[in-house]
Amino acid sequence: MTAQALDTPVRTALADLLLAMADDEFVLGFWDSEWTGIAPLLEEDVAFASLAQDEIGHARALYQLLAELEGGDPDEIAFGRPPEAYRHARLLDHPRTDWAFSVARRFLYDTADAARLDALAASAYEPLAGVVAKMRREETYHLLHMHAWVERLATGGQEPRARLVAAMERLWPDALCVLAGVEGDDLLVEAGVLAEPLAAVRRRWLAGLAPELERLGLPSPPATPPAGCRGPDRSDDFRWLWEQFTMVRRSDPEAVW
Amino acid sequence: MRTLTEADVWEALAEVPDPEIPVVSVVDLGLVHAVELDGDRLRVELLPTFVGCPALELIRRSVAERLAGMAPEVEVEMTFAVPWTSDRITEDGRGRLRQSGFAAPGPAQPLFTTIPLRPTATCPFCGSADTRLENLFGPTLCRTLFWCDRCRQPFEQFKAV
Repeated sequence: MTAQALDTPVRTALADLLLAMADDEFVLGFWDSEWTGIAPLLEEDVAFASLAQDEIGHARALYQLLAELEGGDPDEIAFGRPPEAYRHARLLDHPRTDWAFSVARRFLYDTADAARLDALAASAYEPLAGVVAKMRREETYHLLHMHAWVERLATGGQEPRARLVAAMERLWPDALCVLAGVEGDDLLVEAGVLAEPLAAVRRRWLAGLAPELERLGLPSPPATPPAGCRGPDRSDDFRWLWEQFTMVRRSDPEAVW
Repeated sequence: MRTLTEADVWEALAEVPDPEIPVVSVVDLGLVHAVELDGDRLRVELLPTFVGCPALELIRRSVAERLAGMAPEVEVEMTFAVPWTSDRITEDGRGRLRQSGFAAPGPAQPLFTTIPLRPTATCPFCGSADTRLENLFGPTLCRTLFWCDRCRQPFEQFKAV
């Protein structure tokens, strides 16, 4: 299926999903890059730099798909919007905070994203299915890494465990937003672009995670996501990050690397 | 003048090195998805190894520069039509990786099992399997760090993806 074969309402819903996914990856990539040079271990400095680079690469590929679908320039979509026009999930409005917090956020994000990518792997929209196939192979490394870190903090003594539990309690409601807040997902299911509605993907994700949370004695999710999952209200922390990542472009829109 | 054949194009492609690991070519790494010759037009499609690899444009340009002039119209593009996986690295490519101190990747990871398998590697220096994973992530997106317990040296593995 090509872009021309999509009805207008389906195309609009697909554009909304692509922008939400791209913004998720983009903003998480920038938060994780904040650990470069100051991670608690040299290995994690390297790992988080790689994770961040992967996410920003995925965002670039998704912005490119969006530009092919709706017109426009991928860089302009990535850097040219005001903070309230970003569509990332509220999970990514939180700052880097401490190591346990960053680990908890990545763990919740990566496992939710894996469920989302699963639901797009057989997408009838072939350009998206191709990018997703590639992303899934790379995300396998992220999952492996984050499962290992959650295990390590959860079983690593009183302080790491307490910090991890506190971070998860704080993040759970907003984590549900990764699989919410996209209009028209039912239309995408009907058109074969997405395997099932996001609420069903969310249930699948949580069911898969439950045994691990129980085994490690970690907090369970609330029943439903909060309102305003994907903006337009944005935290001051995100506004600060936006200032950082748009700085070069705002000072010289014609700059090239 | 002799007519250009696909074999000529593959031969030229085999001379284009990977910018990060120059001992292997784009053909060794299995980056070439398609070579199409149609009258005056030569079209080559390449597969990105890692979506966020900063060398992608560099690779595309090196290939375009090497092929320039071989046909009146030369197009080189990246495509996600099929996912590149490390299983595409050729036997020659694996040999060359080992000679330059990189462990070749094992079979690509099964996708998204609950806890994926941890990668293992054979030391490229002494051939021992007595090795430990040090870090899943390394100096570039495509590399993982290992330690050899036999010859007591660190080494890198090209990621199995």
